[in-house]
Amino acid sequence: MRNAFADELTRLGDDDPRVVMLSGDIGNRLFDKFKAKHEPRFFNCGVAEANMMGVAAGMAMNGLRPVAYTITPFITTRCLEQIRTDVCYHEAPVTIVAVGAGLAYSGLGPTHHACEDISFLRSLPNMVVICPGDAFEVRAALRASLKQDHPVYIRLGKKGEPVVHKGPLADFAIGKAITIARGGDVCLLSTGNMLPEAVEAAHQLEQQGISAEVVSFHTVKPLDETCLTDVFARFPLVATIEEHSRIGGFGAAVAEWLVDTRVTPRQFIRFGTPDAFFKQSGEQEFAREALGLSAHQIADKITAALRQG
Amino acid sequence: MNVAVRRSENRIDAGALKHQAAQLRGKVIEMSHAAQAAHLASSLSCADVVTAAYWHVLNIDPHEPKHPLRDRFILSKGHAAAALYAALAMKGFFPIEELDTYCKDGGRLAEHPPANLLPGVEAATGSLGHGLPLGCGMALSGRIKGESFRVFALLSDGENNEGSVWEAAMFAAAQKLENVCVVVDYNKWQATARSNETLMLAPLADKWRAFGWDAREIDGHDVGALAEAMQRVPNGSGKPVALIAHTVKGKGVSFMEDDNNWHYRAPTADEVVKARKELGLA
Repeated sequence: MRNAFADELTRLGDDDPRVVMLSGDIGNRLFDKFKAKHEPRFFNCGVAEANMMGVAAGMAMNGLRPVAYTITPFITTRCLEQIRTDVCYHEAPVTIVAVGAGLAYSGLGPTHHACEDISFLRSLPNMVVICPGDAFEVRAALRASLKQDHPVYIRLGKKGEPVVHKGPLADFAIGKAITIARGGDVCLLSTGNMLPEAVEAAHQLEQQGISAEVVSFHTVKPLDETCLTDVFARFPLVATIEEHSRIGGFGAAVAEWLVDTRVTPRQFIRFGTPDAFFKQSGEQEFAREALGLSAHQIADKITAALRQG
Repeated sequence: MNVAVRRSENRIDAGALKHQAAQLRGKVIEMSHAAQAAHLASSLSCADVVTAAYWHVLNIDPHEPKHPLRDRFILSKGHAAAALYAALAMKGFFPIEELDTYCKDGGRLAEHPPANLLPGVEAATGSLGHGLPLGCGMALSGRIKGESFRVFALLSDGENNEGSVWEAAMFAAAQKLENVCVVVDYNKWQATARSNETLMLAPLADKWRAFGWDAREIDGHDVGALAEAMQRVPNGSGKPVALIAHTVKGKGVSFMEDDNNWHYRAPTADEVVKARKELGLA
């Protein structure tokens, strides 16, 4: 996802002189092309995220379209007050791009894990929260973000994730979920880097004769209420899937929506991380397995839930 | 006034500025009494800096408050909002009568400056340590867009406790933001204690200098000297400019000066009369 981000950013920088790139001293060589083409619009802001976010807001308040980028905890919780006050309160069109969603940097330990960011960011007024599901969604989300006038948070995985879409998403719209596969027995609403896992879970369910619809719910705020209304009406079981705490994340947002709109789901399951730091060493695949977020574990839980009916 | 023309040639009329500063103080004292609002002493402390900025230095036009080439003044010590509101109203950014709504229900003049609500307010402040990063972003955007305005950020001394101030200080120096000027209202008090007994600021000018700024100390109540120093930005050093303005909290009213109770206290009607008399406004 991050290479797609850097490449798309360079293209957008070619087309739009308002696009400015701010990095928190990461992405060694990642932005070489952007720098080569747009040197005066690239700033390594150092390991000083509070300042970087304030600088980005100041630029946006003055008509530019800054993109601020570093590892998720550092560009969210580290400078949350700057995001809230400088960016959101001023409605400054800053695009905040975080790399390392959920357990993408599992091996680096809980300092680098990011299972709370959706919760923090979606509670901020004026903030849009997008969790792209693959590299094509990253490109489309970035492009859409820079074309509008509000603060946006884009939550990237890392690099080398499987690509789910077949090509560029011409009709991508912020707040409009994308149906990946049609099905009739269960609907899997996936946000962010769990999309390939959801697609694989659907595949495994299919082998058991269970037809799963898969939706890439890339925008967590604003929620696609049309999609939610539709799937909760059509399916006896709806599941949300995210690599984020079940507290305050995508599943929680859907649960809030259910209560507020007085929609009673027949069955609703929220897949997410527990309310705990994951302290074991090991890579993302291991962490997902340990926390019940692997495709086969998702498929098993769905199968069991459908059996219980 | 055409904001495209910088006012550097204007002669400084120190007497007129001094009189203007007294008017500003008088207005702020009345506002604090009417609203029973805190932070009066903080507003009086920086009244001369605000006067120098708005009545001499800033290249601004109340009829075009969003002009792209205007100088930006960020009241980073947002708790002195009363001084900013009074200056903006007196300069014609909004009706002077609106000052009567300060802190009242449903108004635009909250205890800290709002975002995207009041003409002339460049940034919502009140949480300390935000003004300088914002100002650096504005200055860089000017550089990118080829707009040569200046950015002034007024910080409190207590605000220098915030790490984000020093992040921004290093950033501004690295980017050689010579059109950025920080004025520190160094009144030696923060909300509940002496500044240097809380976190050690001294030697404050040396600290800013060590962080890559062209820093100098100045009498924060010599409004003529302030006007001259601020008007010289950018000053040819190639560095951002820090003016460490030595001030007295509650300046201008004998029974408020250097008495930190006035960080939170608001004056009675009698005290307003006394204060205005001392300011030569009675």
